[in-house]
Amino acid sequence: MDMTIASILALDGVTNGSVYALLALATVLVFAVTRVIFVPQGEFVAFGALTLAMFQMGQVPGTVWFLLVLTALTAVGVVIKGIRQGQAVSRLTRQVVELAAFPIAISGVAIWAAPQQLPLLVQAALTLAVVTPFGTLIYRLAYEALADATVLVLLIVSVGVHFALVGLGLFFFGAEGFRNPPFWDQRFSVGALTLSGQTIIIFAISLVLIVALWFLFEHTLLGKSLRATAVNRTGARLMGISSTSAGRTAFTMAAFIGALSGLLISPTTTVFYDTGFLIGLKGFVAAVFAGLSSYPLALVGALFVGMIESFGSFWASAFKEVIVFAAILPVLLWRSITDPHGEEH
Amino acid sequence: MNSLGNWAFAVFSVLMLGLPLLPVPDFWITQSNMVGLYAIVALGLVLLTGVAGLTSFGQAAFVGVGAYAAGYMVVSLQASPWLALVVGVALAVMAALLLGLLTLRMSGHYLPLATICWGLALNYTMANMGFLGKYDGINGIPSLNLFGLELGSGRGLHVLIWAVALVCALGVTNLLDSRVGRAIRSLKTGSTMAEAMGISTFRYKLIAFILAAVLAAISGWLFAHFQRTVNPTPFGLNKGIEYLFMAVLGGVGHVWGAFLGAAVVKIIEDELQVLLPALLGSSGNFEVIVFGIVLILVLKYAPDGLWTFIQKRLPTVPRAVDWTENDHMPHEPKPAQGQRLLEVDQVRKAFGGLVAVNDVSFHIDAGEIVGLIGPNGAGKSTTFNLVTGVLPLTGGGVRWRGESIAGLPSREVAQRGISRTFQHVKMIPEMTVLENVALGAYIRSGANTVQAMLGLDKAEERRIFAEAHRQLRRIGMEDRMHELAGNLALGPQRLMEIARALCTDPSLLLLDEPAAGLRHKEKRALSDVLRQLRDEGVTLLLVEHDMDFVMGLTDRIVVMEFGIKLMEGTPAEVQASPAVRAAYLGTEH
Repeated sequence: MDMTIASILALDGVTNGSVYALLALATVLVFAVTRVIFVPQGEFVAFGALTLAMFQMGQVPGTVWFLLVLTALTAVGVVIKGIRQGQAVSRLTRQVVELAAFPIAISGVAIWAAPQQLPLLVQAALTLAVVTPFGTLIYRLAYEALADATVLVLLIVSVGVHFALVGLGLFFFGAEGFRNPPFWDQRFSVGALTLSGQTIIIFAISLVLIVALWFLFEHTLLGKSLRATAVNRTGARLMGISSTSAGRTAFTMAAFIGALSGLLISPTTTVFYDTGFLIGLKGFVAAVFAGLSSYPLALVGALFVGMIESFGSFWASAFKEVIVFAAILPVLLWRSITDPHGEEH
Repeated sequence: MNSLGNWAFAVFSVLMLGLPLLPVPDFWITQSNMVGLYAIVALGLVLLTGVAGLTSFGQAAFVGVGAYAAGYMVVSLQASPWLALVVGVALAVMAALLLGLLTLRMSGHYLPLATICWGLALNYTMANMGFLGKYDGINGIPSLNLFGLELGSGRGLHVLIWAVALVCALGVTNLLDSRVGRAIRSLKTGSTMAEAMGISTFRYKLIAFILAAVLAAISGWLFAHFQRTVNPTPFGLNKGIEYLFMAVLGGVGHVWGAFLGAAVVKIIEDELQVLLPALLGSSGNFEVIVFGIVLILVLKYAPDGLWTFIQKRLPTVPRAVDWTENDHMPHEPKPAQGQRLLEVDQVRKAFGGLVAVNDVSFHIDAGEIVGLIGPNGAGKSTTFNLVTGVLPLTGGGVRWRGESIAGLPSREVAQRGISRTFQHVKMIPEMTVLENVALGAYIRSGANTVQAMLGLDKAEERRIFAEAHRQLRRIGMEDRMHELAGNLALGPQRLMEIARALCTDPSLLLLDEPAAGLRHKEKRALSDVLRQLRDEGVTLLLVEHDMDFVMGLTDRIVVMEFGIKLMEGTPAEVQASPAVRAAYLGTEH
């Protein structure tokens, strides 16, 4: 291996690592706020990439119908709970409208827009708008009633959600893979390296998002309330912060980040209905690197995973995945030495 | 198991082992074989998830280890299938040991995360290794030969699969009702209490995980001889999740739930694989959608699984008393009266900037009853935790009969004859009072996992239960020993904790608010028991807020306020002290 190959591999690693970083941040965010180990994070990636692919082909993506179904189910749940608690009709109606207005509106737009062959960027925005509401809806349907269960039960629920979403992904998008056109097909030469426009977009958006997250957590009331929930749920609740709405916000952000990651990678690799899981898990390995708690460490971990993957695929391409997932072992060893305290209820 | 359980087990065994003799269709036999294979794996998860409170998504990978060991050794190396079984199990144990050593010292969610990665990594390895046949796997595995009988892959093998499954079920049932089993059952409720009873929680987490891996590897070995071929597909992560689904659906925590879950999942899976593609108009593994949704619904609405619905209808029979007054456990000789037992020297505990215990010193001599009192927040319970090794010291030293015990984990402190109760009762609510108390005898007994599974620990078990029974009688709770501990009111729960601590045969007993929640008469009875203990040579240190109780019982009192030792003296001196009064009631300025 000479420097040229090494630098190409490094660039590749950093590019993928940036996407894993986004997913790792989302994983850490969700775990800190809700104690849910969100295994299905990667499914949002696949949903994002493939929903855009459907728009590209001028079809209404299955996710749009799924969004309507989940909205309806959640609304039914709200109504049943409201009737049991004897809530006033006006209040119930308001709740249902608040819940359903955006998903129904965006579904309507999506159904109208699908055959119009709108510009790529508009379709991308539409994709984000379709996939992001899944976060809250999935949280409300699968997790909210179990919010006080143990981490273990929540993890098993996550695996159930993952199963269901992958199966549905197969149903919506079929077994075939798709690759989207790049958002910017310019190429730049820097020495021996060729930077594609898409790579630059990945770097830029990852950076912007990381800075935005930092700003959110350090300088806004919403971010601080999320952090407060992460540190102490009961304490936050006593200070008037609703841990339920904190959970919904965290999941919304996770879905948005997932869908955005899907848009970012879909021009660089072919995405299948189950690709998201592997991508999400690599974000996960990075999050474990951070002990599921530190954002900067998650970032470092993600770049590390990206590097291992790209160099691993050069030396032993068939064992690329083995190398990435086996890399978690030394990470765990390191964590168990530095942070060995067990759980106490 | 009780006698009814024995009968049910015998009938079920005869039915499953005799099934191949009946004129049932071959399809049924195949299904039943699969159910048996699945149930063996799910059984491991019952132990790991339901009982120990850990979980693994990588059980399918352990099945794969067993299956590939069989395939490679029998086909490529022409080795004996029995050797392949040993090798497969050994490999699974090594993998489990590695994953466990890396993750089990940390919070409980690192193990399942590591098993996800292990499952994926192993699956890709199998699919890319030339000598394992890559994606095609290994074909042509011969059928098993037992005592000269060719088992084939249908009716003959059915007998072996179910014999193994039933033996495993029996082994796990035996294990759960043993010294080791009680230790494993204590893992779910946090580690503090178990460690204070002398149990290494790390060790038993590891044992539970290894046992689950061994069961999976055995199932894999059988699977290879059943399918006569192995390839990577049935050992993927999805299958690992499906095994967990079987255990959760059947009822994590119940041995027979594993069998029920395996049967239900297998049957539903077959139906769905036909039904769903027809319904949705395309082919694919759509049954995972239903599995995923059902898994969430089960956890939400029936977290104990399907088996509980059956169990509810079964009569509950209390444990048969098979021990007698003659079953004795050996007692440690008690230290001589007046000997210096415990020296607490300038102990200090800081939580960040807050100094909860600030250079406190006191000592306890054998045969004393010492009280530790002080207003709320004085640092009494923290002092307890420092002495018993539950919390690490920030500074200072603790000596036990001249030996420094500062920095020792609480289980090693317990092994030296120091036992304790907790301010907030720590127990295993789903075990009976008697079983909870028997946990205390852990450090005085020695049956290991294998002895327990084979039922070779019965004599020791009788001694343990006789001892637990004796301590419950002494504390006045004999009539409630078969109740579930979780059903007791707070006062009796505290008494149960005292009985459990006594079961460890302590030289020094630390009681944290033993009289809280007790009625007047119960308090008097407790005082009598504590005095009687002192007369038997047990030394006592107690934290208590009931002043009548403390003043009437103790020889000496240490008073703490805001982490500092305020004074020390006889009950009369303490009562006369203006400083103590000021601490409790405040001063006029």
